[in-house]
Amino acid sequence: MKIKLWGVRGSITTTGPETAYYGGNTSCVDVWEDGCVLVLDGGSGIQKLVLDNELVTKRIDVLLTHLHMDHIQGLGFFSPLFDPSMEVHIWGPASITRTLHSRLSRYLSPPLFPVLIRDLPCKLTFHEIQNSHFTIGPFTIHTDYVIHPGPTVGFRVSGRRSTFTYIPDHEPALGKNGIIKSSQWLSGFDLAVGADLLLHDAQYTGQEYLKKKGWGHSSMEDAGLFASMAGVKRVLFAHHDPSRTDIQLDDIFTAFQEKNSYTFNYQLAREGMEIILDDL
Amino acid sequence: MPAYEIEIILNRQLADCLSIPVFITDTMGNLIFYNEPAEEIFGKRFEDTGEMPVEQWSTMFRPVDEAGIRLPPDELPLVKTLQNATPHHKTFWIESLQGKNQKISVTSYPIIGRTGVMSGAVAIFWKSNDE
Ligand SMILES: [Zn+2]
Ligand SMILES: [Zn+2]
Repeated sequence: MKIKLWGVRGSITTTGPETAYYGGNTSCVDVWEDGCVLVLDGGSGIQKLVLDNELVTKRIDVLLTHLHMDHIQGLGFFSPLFDPSMEVHIWGPASITRTLHSRLSRYLSPPLFPVLIRDLPCKLTFHEIQNSHFTIGPFTIHTDYVIHPGPTVGFRVSGRRSTFTYIPDHEPALGKNGIIKSSQWLSGFDLAVGADLLLHDAQYTGQEYLKKKGWGHSSMEDAGLFASMAGVKRVLFAHHDPSRTDIQLDDIFTAFQEKNSYTFNYQLAREGMEIILDDL
Repeated sequence: MPAYEIEIILNRQLADCLSIPVFITDTMGNLIFYNEPAEEIFGKRFEDTGEMPVEQWSTMFRPVDEAGIRLPPDELPLVKTLQNATPHHKTFWIESLQGKNQKISVTSYPIIGRTGVMSGAVAIFWKSNDE
């Protein structure tokens, strides 16, 4: 399984030399195996996504964790949608009252976007997901609702030899005393348990989180605790706060590392990073 | 053991912030959480008991009507909620630990998340000060 990160910034894109190292594009990751690709989230990073591996079929699956702008804003600029020879499948959560198609149409329609979904030339199919299990090519995918404002899921993607868990927006600590230290009471636990790699929300420092409770995101401490409880092998801290420069991110992460040690390897997610999981 | 649905987890986190007694069960009626104010009514601490099977915790209350006659389980709000996935409310008496009857009102509601499937129920106990 090969994973590439196309966008790891949270909330809004950032541009400029001061964020060039970790990158300013919002959430998007691709996952390859056996010539098949999954695109996780359609943030601004999707615009740069290059299908540099050989696709065995003319099919691409885009899986959306939720429909906050930073996870869909690049969709309208994803070139396969405009290619009549491509088969594109979009998977994402519906709401209680509106279909996925109708929810996405709010963005992919005038005045916010010039093209209507129905006018996209590719062969487009929508799939609604909740607490779901399904397969796409060589991938087995498990999705569960996780704690974040609005219908939001995380993904557990298993290939032939490895498992990647993707939960970029998640606040498992929401409550009076934070995370309940029992796996049964941990939002997202079933998605992450024993995963080879976890990409998880770590937008805030512990101090910042105290002022941002209920905003839907995690501190680095909570991301670390979540990963420990789930027994993952490696973690990428992601959804970097848009106000952070590369230097600030490095400083915060260094200070965090001095205070926190885990049995697993953890690092900051960086745009352009590639990971081959089967080699771990 | 798989994790509970997030609507169950969030109900526990909410109950933990409330000053009213709250009991949370799974769909079978097993007690999976009760908060600190509920500990007072129950006479037990969640920290000590952990989760309790329905057979065990349901026998710890003796619900009776005004005349002191034992109420059948089917008349209790939480049991009704678990049976038909709708909210219920009732005022009755329970025999307290000291053998004295305590008047309480119970409001129960089903926990039904975005999947539309009931994943548990909540019972809120309102202690009445009159006899
Ligand atoms: Zn986000
Ligand atoms: Zn979000």
